[in-house]
Amino acid sequence: MRDFFKRIPEQALRILTLFILLAAVLFVVRQFIIPPELKDTDLQKISSMEREAAREVKYAGFHICSECHEKEKNIKKSGYHRDLSCESCHGAAQKHTENPTEVKPSSPRKRDYCSYCHTYNSSRPTGFPQINPHTHNPMRPCITCHNPHNPVPPKVPGSCAACHAQIERTKVTSYHALLECTVCHNTPEKHKTTPRVVRPTKPDKREFCGKCHDKSAHVKGVPTVDMATHGEKYVCWQCHYPHMLGGI
Amino acid sequence: MEAAHGLSELSKQVVGFIYPNEIEIHWSILIVVYPYITGLVAGAFILASLVKVFNVKELQPTYRLALLTALAFLLIAPLPLQLHLGQPTRSYEMFLTPNLASAMAMFGFVYLWYLMLVLLLEIWFEYRRDMVVWSREETGLRKWLHKVLSLFSTDISEKAVAFDQKTVKIITIIGIPSAFLLHGYVGFIFGSIKANPWWSSVMMPIVFLFSAIVSGIAIVMLLYMIIIPLRGAKIDMKCLDKIASFLFYAVIVDFSIEVLDFIHRLYESEESIKILSQLVDTKLFMSLVVLQVLLGMLLPLGIMIVIKIFRLHEELRKLLYFVSAVLIQLGIFSTRWNVVIGGQLFSKSFRGLTTYKLELTGIEGFLMALALLIIPFIVLAILIKILPPWKKEELAGQ
Amino acid sequence: MDRRDFLKNLGLCIFSGGIIGGLSADAWAKLIHKDYDPAKHYYGMGIDIDKCIGCGRCMQACKTENDVPIAPFYFRTWVERYVIRTDHSVSVNTINMGVDEPSDLFIERDVLRSFFVPKLCNQCDHPPCVQVCPVGATFKTDDGVILVDSKRCIGCRYCIQACPYGARFLHPQTRVADKCTFCYHRLVRGMLPACVEVCPKQARVFGDTKSFASPLGRFVRMNKIHVLKPYLNTEPKVYYANLDGEVN
Repeated sequence: MRDFFKRIPEQALRILTLFILLAAVLFVVRQFIIPPELKDTDLQKISSMEREAAREVKYAGFHICSECHEKEKNIKKSGYHRDLSCESCHGAAQKHTENPTEVKPSSPRKRDYCSYCHTYNSSRPTGFPQINPHTHNPMRPCITCHNPHNPVPPKVPGSCAACHAQIERTKVTSYHALLECTVCHNTPEKHKTTPRVVRPTKPDKREFCGKCHDKSAHVKGVPTVDMATHGEKYVCWQCHYPHMLGGI
Repeated sequence: MEAAHGLSELSKQVVGFIYPNEIEIHWSILIVVYPYITGLVAGAFILASLVKVFNVKELQPTYRLALLTALAFLLIAPLPLQLHLGQPTRSYEMFLTPNLASAMAMFGFVYLWYLMLVLLLEIWFEYRRDMVVWSREETGLRKWLHKVLSLFSTDISEKAVAFDQKTVKIITIIGIPSAFLLHGYVGFIFGSIKANPWWSSVMMPIVFLFSAIVSGIAIVMLLYMIIIPLRGAKIDMKCLDKIASFLFYAVIVDFSIEVLDFIHRLYESEESIKILSQLVDTKLFMSLVVLQVLLGMLLPLGIMIVIKIFRLHEELRKLLYFVSAVLIQLGIFSTRWNVVIGGQLFSKSFRGLTTYKLELTGIEGFLMALALLIIPFIVLAILIKILPPWKKEELAGQ
Repeated sequence: MDRRDFLKNLGLCIFSGGIIGGLSADAWAKLIHKDYDPAKHYYGMGIDIDKCIGCGRCMQACKTENDVPIAPFYFRTWVERYVIRTDHSVSVNTINMGVDEPSDLFIERDVLRSFFVPKLCNQCDHPPCVQVCPVGATFKTDDGVILVDSKRCIGCRYCIQACPYGARFLHPQTRVADKCTFCYHRLVRGMLPACVEVCPKQARVFGDTKSFASPLGRFVRMNKIHVLKPYLNTEPKVYYANLDGEVN
């Protein structure tokens, strides 16, 4: 053993000692001095999950409101807003459930809030009721005519554009601009009040379009084709988009 | 609120669509400086290894300078990272609970390994004999400094010195892959991000490494050409020409790899090619096409080819080497910029580009980056004072 | 000490370490929140593109519930609007929480397809963000939610770079990484995430894949499902129905 140490040059021994000393210090610090919460990843994860779980809840949730507000719930439950959570319009209400008399949720009463959903935007799916805020009763709060808990329009919509504005705006620059929607789509009256239950019809045969567009039809100013040969095997709307003609 | 105002200014300069959270460029100029610095470390060390492992005797005058340069830059390397962290006081966590799946987690360990077990150890063994001699000849503070640094060692017999030299060679051999790891892992940090097609590439660590070698060799060449005349000695032209040769080969390899990457991207023409082409044509035109490629690589290459063909005389060669080395530094810094900043300028939706606003002041501003680039030279000056690289030779020359 | 003693001590250490490890694993279940057991749940979300009306209530509710800075540069969830024109050019923008949405920048007849796409952290099963965090501050819980430990995050932003969906951001005040947590603090109380709570059209559907019947279970049965960037193999747990190929 001693021979082995003698054969190592003294400088190597010095540097080796220094490094071993450093390593030992690091080892002692890491194993014994540093507390477990800084080293153990499982403990840290649990701690983090606990802190995350302890965050304050701001939105109370859709069940809670009806426990006290039975009246509104009954009004809402069969209207168009039945699936709309109370807090979507009234804001976060957890604090209100904890202190109902002193903390009140907000209540949008002007025109601005309803616009978030109901202002016309061409990217919204068709059938969603949208209005042009500049022309639809400008300046009047929406709740003047629409009960927000059951927002049935005061009058049955006269035009399809009330809910199908994007189609209307497309159609109005097309060759079919002067055609009423009902020319092609049979629309029962009930569709205007229960739109998802009762649907309009759509044409299902080539002959329907042929009534105006076949060469035998002789309607003034309407382009005609020989329905017997033109696009045979397809129905017309597989190629032509009837709301917007000329191009597609 | 001020930050939000700055961001709303930035959002006006967005081209196309970016994900809303992408408005902020997260890895700023400090993260450009960091790989630049570690690149210099790796490259300088590789130059030093050419002397010890590959026995390129002409480069001996630059050996110790290269080691000291590597150390000076290595000491500063953690600073940009520390300054950039959102919570710098927590950086110790990387040592206590590193996530072994993360390339970034190896920073602390690779850095410590390289600093303690490669660079410092090599410098110690290289300088030990001289430190013992100096501590005997000097007085006062310097005497004690060298005594302590040599760990109170006394044996300077031929046998001991031979042992030192052998150890240096072994450490250098271990040091070469260590240097590759020190800088290559940074390349891997970028190259392993599949979310970002500008970064995600198997060649990224290789590109980083070779541009590191180029910049490291060039910085040692530059420093050699500046310091030697300042000390009143004569530049060894054989040494300088040899360095320039190695620089030339390194630039050719680096350039080939980058051209290969470029051709490969254009040929495969993946989904990201449109936005990346737009990125290079608009936001990165100056820094990539002009600075990195033309001025940083092609021009120095051309200069060195001219020197090789026409055998110009000494003074002209020195001037051209100097100019090339400076251009190369600019070029490699631009390379880092184009990788780091460039990769964040386009949206991951591939539909838009954003802007990087480099502040002048502030913790991640231009002045801070400049300071971080200047401080290593100050450290180097101190190191040269404590551990002079050429005292022996100059004394011998007299 | 000699070799035998050393091996005995080593064995003892491994044995006791194993017991401690086993004990702490059991400790998970009881510590998070009352009797919530993370191992009994596994969450996912479904989003029906055809239902989203782009009202931005989800963006608003998320900011309220999770104390996200109001400025429009930090989002845990956001909604993108896509307009694909007949010349096949695509315009995308993030909606401005429904407030002063341009009523339209597009002429309807130029539009081929147009829709809204809600986006959020996909809570991937194979998350690239967890892989790259150098200190393990972000991690996947047993119930499938990716959390960020705000006390351990060092703010290196590697996770933000690694997320292919742009779901993460750096919180301007705490200077750590932040992102959607599926409102974890609501999940442990059996509530829905805030964005799901307030969505007027139930475009967002939330579910526990370990529960016998859930809205998500039905959603993934009745719709053709797509996820964002499947080729990156992140295995997202946010499932999109009717997702257009232009969305990325």
